[in-house]
Amino acid sequence: MASLKELRNRIASVKATQKITKAMQMVAAAKLRRAQAAAVAARPFAERMEQVLGNIAGAVSDLSQAPKLLAGTGSQQRHLLLVCTSERGLCGPFNSSIVRLARERALALAADGKDVSFFCVGRKGADQLRRQFERQIIKTVELRSVRTLGYNNAEAIAREIIDLFDTGRFDVCTLFFSRFRSVIAQIPTATQIIPATLPEVEHGAARAVYDYEPDETEILAELLPRNIAVQIFRALLENAASEQGARMTAMDSATRNAGEMIKKQTLTYNRTRQAMITKELIEIISGAEAL
Amino acid sequence: MAEFSFELVSPEKLVFSGQVEHVVVPGADGEFGVMAGHAPVISTLKPGRLTIFATGQPARHMFVRGGFAEARPDGLTVLAELAIPLEELDAARLAQEIQDAEEDVADATVEAVRLTAQERLERLREFQAALVQGGGFGAHAGH
Repeated sequence: MASLKELRNRIASVKATQKITKAMQMVAAAKLRRAQAAAVAARPFAERMEQVLGNIAGAVSDLSQAPKLLAGTGSQQRHLLLVCTSERGLCGPFNSSIVRLARERALALAADGKDVSFFCVGRKGADQLRRQFERQIIKTVELRSVRTLGYNNAEAIAREIIDLFDTGRFDVCTLFFSRFRSVIAQIPTATQIIPATLPEVEHGAARAVYDYEPDETEILAELLPRNIAVQIFRALLENAASEQGARMTAMDSATRNAGEMIKKQTLTYNRTRQAMITKELIEIISGAEAL
Repeated sequence: MAEFSFELVSPEKLVFSGQVEHVVVPGADGEFGVMAGHAPVISTLKPGRLTIFATGQPARHMFVRGGFAEARPDGLTVLAELAIPLEELDAARLAQEIQDAEEDVADATVEAVRLTAQERLERLREFQAALVQGGGFGAHAGH
């Protein structure tokens, strides 16, 4: 049986761990609030962008004239999976659930005879994917040094993706991230960003007839790359909120577990102490009786 | 004068939202003014100055880059990748923008991309020249 000193040390160490997890939970809660606000603030831009693109795309009658970012390359052979994860661990199943979704998709595509490559944003996801798909990872972008996520971060990633597309490295690009539903629910999601999927605009509905300046095709050519940046930006913000949410939940249960452990060990400690006192008393009493 | 609702949105936040009388937008095919009841139009933006005239308030100047303007019967929405008050735009920031554009031109592997980047660079240089001529930075706040 462990000695009293050992037990005391163990309790102290669990208490210290509990303090850390509790602090991490509170930090995550504060960061979550900020991340959520940023995600909400970014919403109008993305929504309007989508709406207008849908409008214009609806007006372009001949799809073969449309830019490749919308119409596609005409092939479905090569797939690029853009996997966005976090830079830090200790956030529960957040990273592994995104990676699992991407991995399942990759294996399904490979089984269909397609070529799959990866573009990783975030160190954690890249680490997990590297074990299985080492050769297929084209690039890993780390956002470790980024303090507040800005649109320019997303823009830089989008530019690299579009460069890869323009040089004919892939046909279809799918974005993987975690959608923030609530603190306890983050949903790993896959969205296809190239060729662009736009909301269907109801034809014949009373929609304003616009003048386009310059013409529709040129506006599309200008806006489609921006839309990709916007989508990535939105994914990164959702991810940031999801990460903090997942960390909060994970740290909350860690704190609770530590509490339980302390309770259990304190009980053992007290029992052991009691047993020792009793033993000593018995020794004294039986010693006195023997005289 | 009749008012209409105007929104200026950047990816990070809603920069401006409210009732205005007149907005001058730097469209890709030239600047255009929008007042209440403007015909529906969608136009891309060139980097430049967007001016907002609201009733009883001095004109507000913003530097905008990348995006588009959408005029509808019920109002005007401008989506810009970058939208900051002109007072906050200093020479260093603009120089940075120009440098970015130069790098884009140098990096572009595809002709079409290079041409767009080139055009953006020229617009930025024009804008810089116009600002320097117009009395430099900060001086235009009183217009």
